Amino acid sequence: MKFLHDLLEKQKPLFEKGGKLEKLYYVFEAGETFMFTPPDVTKSKGVQVRDAVDLKRVMFTVVIALLPAIIFGIWNVGYQHSIATQDPETASFVSQFLFGLKLALPLIIVSYAAGGAVESAFAVFRNHPITEGFLVTGILIPLVVPASLPLWQVGLASAFAVLIAKEVFGGVGMNILNVALTARAFLYFAYPAQISGDKVWIELGEGLSTVDGYTGATFLGLAVEAQNTGTAVADFVANNAHWVQSPAELAMTSFIGLIPGSIGETSALMCLIGALVLIWTRVADYRIIVSGILGALAMGVLLNVLAPEGATYLQMPAYYHLIVGGFAFGIVFMATDPVSASQTNTGKWIYGAFIGVMTVIIRVLNPAYPEGIMLAILLMNVLAPLIDHYVVNANKKRRLKRATV
Amino acid sequence: MRLKQGFDINLVGKATESIAKNVDAPKKYALKPEDFPGMIRPKAVVKVGAKVKAGDPILIDGKLDSIKYTSPVSGEIVEIQRGERRKLLAVVVQADGQNEYKEFPVKPVDQISADEAKEVMLESGVWPLLVRRPYAIVADPSDQPRAIFVSAFDSHPLAPNYEFTLKGQESYIQVGIDVLKKFASKVYVGQNGAKPSQIFDGIVGVEKNKFTGPHPAGNVGVQIHHTAPIANVNDVVWTISPEGLAQIGKLFKDGKYDAKRVVAVAGPKADQPEYVETYVGGCVDTIAAAKIKGDNVRVVSGNILTGSKITKDGFLGFYSNMVTALEEGNKSRFFLSDGWLAPITNRLSFHKAFGLLGSTKKEYALDTNTNGQDRPFAVTGAFEKVVPMDIYPMYLLKAILAYDYENMEALGIYEVAEEDLALCEFIDVSKHDIQSIVRQGLDTMRLD
Repeated sequence: MKFLHDLLEKQKPLFEKGGKLEKLYYVFEAGETFMFTPPDVTKSKGVQVRDAVDLKRVMFTVVIALLPAIIFGIWNVGYQHSIATQDPETASFVSQFLFGLKLALPLIIVSYAAGGAVESAFAVFRNHPITEGFLVTGILIPLVVPASLPLWQVGLASAFAVLIAKEVFGGVGMNILNVALTARAFLYFAYPAQISGDKVWIELGEGLSTVDGYTGATFLGLAVEAQNTGTAVADFVANNAHWVQSPAELAMTSFIGLIPGSIGETSALMCLIGALVLIWTRVADYRIIVSGILGALAMGVLLNVLAPEGATYLQMPAYYHLIVGGFAFGIVFMATDPVSASQTNTGKWIYGAFIGVMTVIIRVLNPAYPEGIMLAILLMNVLAPLIDHYVVNANKKRRLKRATV
Repeated sequence: MRLKQGFDINLVGKATESIAKNVDAPKKYALKPEDFPGMIRPKAVVKVGAKVKAGDPILIDGKLDSIKYTSPVSGEIVEIQRGERRKLLAVVVQADGQNEYKEFPVKPVDQISADEAKEVMLESGVWPLLVRRPYAIVADPSDQPRAIFVSAFDSHPLAPNYEFTLKGQESYIQVGIDVLKKFASKVYVGQNGAKPSQIFDGIVGVEKNKFTGPHPAGNVGVQIHHTAPIANVNDVVWTISPEGLAQIGKLFKDGKYDAKRVVAVAGPKADQPEYVETYVGGCVDTIAAAKIKGDNVRVVSGNILTGSKITKDGFLGFYSNMVTALEEGNKSRFFLSDGWLAPITNRLSFHKAFGLLGSTKKEYALDTNTNGQDRPFAVTGAFEKVVPMDIYPMYLLKAILAYDYENMEALGIYEVAEEDLALCEFIDVSKHDIQSIVRQGLDTMRLD
């Protein structure tokens, strides 16, 4: 790779102080350091060797952990399409995957391009290096939207999120809210028609219509209806959704993720694999994931106990909350974002548990909004510094107590 | 006490327990003010050409001139190195090879008063071996320490084994402890719980505590935290290394300032790593000639976590007990072959992030590349895993950077020294200079 390195070195004077493209130095530098880890060595005093990991590798680990969800999600777009339309064109695995890829890839590219442009612009204006945070955000955004979302909307959301959720706070490491979720929230409130309801989750393709009686509603949408009609949730979903045949296979189908939903969110199994990667590599904190799951289960069970007769959604077995909707994806990939989550270990237990509890409350008790994980995480993002404040204060008090001298 | 947090960095090049035969004694020795972080106005008290004996003062701190920093060997002052704005960098002595010592009174320890002992220690040059906390600077003679702490083992990467370097010096160490007990009612010794100690098992008059676990279990600051923590700014304790104890013992038993030190020469670039006999501040040129291979090499005075880079004819630091030789990592790495995206097994990481498939147990030949660039703090919870203290390192560091005095105090600045957070600097994915931030915090608190 010497020729590439030499080529970059040759261009460097153009971007350095006094060069023609001086202003774009950090854009050039980002490209160069992406290709080649710089030859920087440790300073003369202090640690003489450094850990092999840097922020780039940490961020890319998250992308690796996301791969199962990405690949499965892309295929599932094609699979859902073929169930809905029984389109023989997309019946084979490969063609289903390609169908999904045709929709998802532009979303991914637009998300990276729009967010990356805002990020680079700020680096140029503020004269600071481009950081790696967007490596993850850029892929998370297309995964939490339906495949049918117009490209301009994802571009706008991505730019909005980087600008409002990150750069105005000072950039990577300073943001209060999870950037990808901010993009999703922006879409939800700005363009609700394209990201909610039962029309958006299945991409039909031009000129195709659904099979008779098909409904593209998600599990959570159907659960609300089940409660309205007073039938048990599992029975109602099995009777009304095309992606499942009987109540018996409902849990497994949902767990595997063969259900309509946002591109990357449907499969709890893939999120579980991602969670194991993140925990094993110590990139995400298991405390948030575990306490989130426990919180959701506890709240689910509590609702079961309190449920009045006929309130079938409240009576739904608590574990369903873990495998339907975006809960698994949210708790694994969004809640564990180290910047916007609680930073202390005790804080992480509390933070995760509240996300679990809030998700179930919003889902079950708020009929206007079927999914709860996004709002729960954003709410807890805002409260995380407060939780940490009390945890750190407790530490300070412990410290003062020892002051017997 | 069993400490769970921490991390052992296993490096290639551990010193075998023998004294190298092929290393000549260095000709030059130096005292460097930068080895003493609390020193405010360093001043050379000798001129070039002056003749000195071992134990003659050559350097003082103009702000605290009762403490004498003395020549480790007898010889002639050959150089007073200065940097920008005439900042004093080093006072260099050329050894005459005679090893003449300035004589100090010898008296049974039980017949010496605390004041007498203090005076001899201040005059002879052993005083700077005492480090005070809070602040981790040379002890102030006017302080009344609550206790004195000694860590009887060094858990740093490739650190020397005191059982070997201090063999046969048990009686000096005992005298050293007896002398220090005149200043503080309690002397605590932190021992390695995993191994019995020939040197310290027989020492009396101290409270012994055993510590096991990965580095920094051997750091005296960590041991203080778990035995009798520092409560506030007025709660002064002193710390000293086992070598320091032996040196004080020799002063009171033999009447001389004996700065001899057995140091480990270790690291991936050390040729047949073993131990070398030298004196405090010795030039490493002979060590480099005999024991360090290669050209693109960094010589470190001290260990790889807290040491300082020196040249191949640089001088050993005052507190250093080892020389580490590493390859300089001054080359670019392509991201797919051996850079940030490549699956690699030849570099060590605490994080195990993707692609780093190496085990933390095997020995690594690490180089000095930073493996990344300075970034904002974006990963949380990792520092807590390597600091075995009830402290939130990232909050403390942020308080330091914000000059938030109240929070620095409440979050534990008085309990830490640079070395206690050195592992944070190693594992930090955002590549901050954490130890210099800690020093900045300590200086801020001390000087304001």
